[in-house]
Amino acid sequence: MTSATAAHSVVEPSATTRRLAGSLVVLYAIITMIPLVWIMLTAFKSPDDAISYPPKVMFKPSLEGFCNLFTTRSRQTPEFIRSLGPPQGLCDSIARERNMVVAGPSNYVPRFVNSLIIAFGSTVLAVTLGTLSAYGFSRFRVPLKDDLLFFILSTRMMPPIAVAIPIYLMYRTIGLSDTRLGMILLYTSVNVSLAVWLLKGFIDEIPREYEEAAMIDGYTRFQAFVKVVLPQATTGIAATAIFCLIFAWNEYAFAVLLTSGNAQTAPPFIPIIIGEGGQDWPAVAAGTTLFLVPIVVFTVLLRKHLLRGITFGAVRK
Amino acid sequence: MNELSASSRITYRAVMVRPDVARRIRGLSDRTLAWLFITPTIVLLLAINIFPLLWTIYLSFTNYRANRSNVPTIWLGPDWYQSILTDPDIWAAMQVTAHFVIWTVVIETVLGFGLAYLIDKKFRGHGMWTTIILLPMMLSPAVVGNFWTFLYQPQIGLFNYVVAFFTGSAASSFQMLGDVTLSPWAIVIVDAWMWTPYVMLICLAGLRSIPDYIYEAAEVDRASKWRQFCSITLPMALPFIMLAVLFRGIENFKMFDMVNLLTGGGPGSTTEVASITLKRAAFESWRTGYSSAFAIILFVTVFGLANIYVKALNKVKSR
Repeated sequence: MTSATAAHSVVEPSATTRRLAGSLVVLYAIITMIPLVWIMLTAFKSPDDAISYPPKVMFKPSLEGFCNLFTTRSRQTPEFIRSLGPPQGLCDSIARERNMVVAGPSNYVPRFVNSLIIAFGSTVLAVTLGTLSAYGFSRFRVPLKDDLLFFILSTRMMPPIAVAIPIYLMYRTIGLSDTRLGMILLYTSVNVSLAVWLLKGFIDEIPREYEEAAMIDGYTRFQAFVKVVLPQATTGIAATAIFCLIFAWNEYAFAVLLTSGNAQTAPPFIPIIIGEGGQDWPAVAAGTTLFLVPIVVFTVLLRKHLLRGITFGAVRK
Repeated sequence: MNELSASSRITYRAVMVRPDVARRIRGLSDRTLAWLFITPTIVLLLAINIFPLLWTIYLSFTNYRANRSNVPTIWLGPDWYQSILTDPDIWAAMQVTAHFVIWTVVIETVLGFGLAYLIDKKFRGHGMWTTIILLPMMLSPAVVGNFWTFLYQPQIGLFNYVVAFFTGSAASSFQMLGDVTLSPWAIVIVDAWMWTPYVMLICLAGLRSIPDYIYEAAEVDRASKWRQFCSITLPMALPFIMLAVLFRGIENFKMFDMVNLLTGGGPGSTTEVASITLKRAAFESWRTGYSSAFAIILFVTVFGLANIYVKALNKVKSR
């Protein structure tokens, strides 16, 4: 036994090393999670619990943050509130405890919907364009191929504010200011560089022999692309799509500079949720939590392809 | 590997020119199809990236102001460039940016490589913990950065409470975001928290690319663990570390969203990184010509530095 394991364990870390490494990593993971856990806890706190000192870990859960996120309220006299009928729904009764009545829905849902439309719209466009050009770059002899690919990548080196200055002027001239279409096009142009680079890597890995076989069997090049290459590239396309989605979902700089009311997405909106007397932290936390949940799900789905995505396909493992 | 793919390409061309096969390839020619596939992307990038870039270059030589578009535009020549490059405020902003970029990259590389090294020991459950560690970098820097202003509150914030707890000072005795000396570090901390996993992930790929037999050979030669780390692990992971540094460097040079929400460049201009200066000039004082010139200077800087760096990276790789 000893000789066999010894020969094997030359490069295998010992049990003690492993345990030590494990506990250090777990310690880091726990510290790094505290801010995220704190966001989620704050979302379920009442405003008083949220700003108490010392910070409260144990508290009575409250939905006030979520109510304040989704509604606007107006302060009324107790006499007026008593004159009203029974509270309509949970949020109304929470508001009435604070001498307020629900005045209407807040802007959170429209902003969230804008985020969804713009993120999905730009993702579909970027992945479609990206798949086509990635196939082109992967399979055909394109003149100046390397220069074109580098040009596509270099568009990512511009600081977003620098891009926003002329885009602002251009959109103002052609009437795309503060429209969803304008934001979709802008995010598509940013995402398409990532999509081309990632998908080119994925398509490079599909053996050419598959298409050649299909073409010998009588498929045209285009048919071979649709019926042979696309099904093979599904995983890569899905991973790329999720990366584009996450970028568009998280983007802030363009959104805050180029949108105001109509097409504003959630990231510029969440920080400006204010209550009476400053920021309404439970509502901000509730908005943040709802906004982050899809990303957490996607990250778990995507973990095998993360490396590729964040390095533009430079590291494939 | 390269030779393999090259040889397969050669066979592919050989197959393509065989006349019986060529006759079967109906429909669009490859050449047409290639352009059909690539053109839409290029057109989009020309419209949304290149045309605006050219426009910015033009504007940078004029006195144009976006909020007074009826004032006739005058050609100024390179005046803005001259005034920017001699403006002490701009150099102050570049220093703030350099402080931010250098410290975040150093901290993230050290922590990220350390974590990757530990995770590479493959303890039980390392997959799950890796995914947990990766979470912060996937989240919106703006939305999460905004929440950090809450953690940094001097009276009620969790960060101040924890620091006070461990140092014994009062939680309200320091302001991470309001203090001239602390605020540059406040943004470094949040960035390190978000992006250390990024460096970790790339370093981990580097460590996993080192084949076991090299360590086995070193073990046979009785090289100490430290020696193995210095002459195998570090040099072989170096291209990956350098790649991570490149990506983080570019990203943090452009940094806007997190800093804008955490400090907005304040207090005063102590955290005013280049992007914030640019935003203030372009969208608050509406000096469009001036800010266009600054944007071009920033772009040329990133582009130039990245190109020099990539050359160095390729040298390391080919070694």
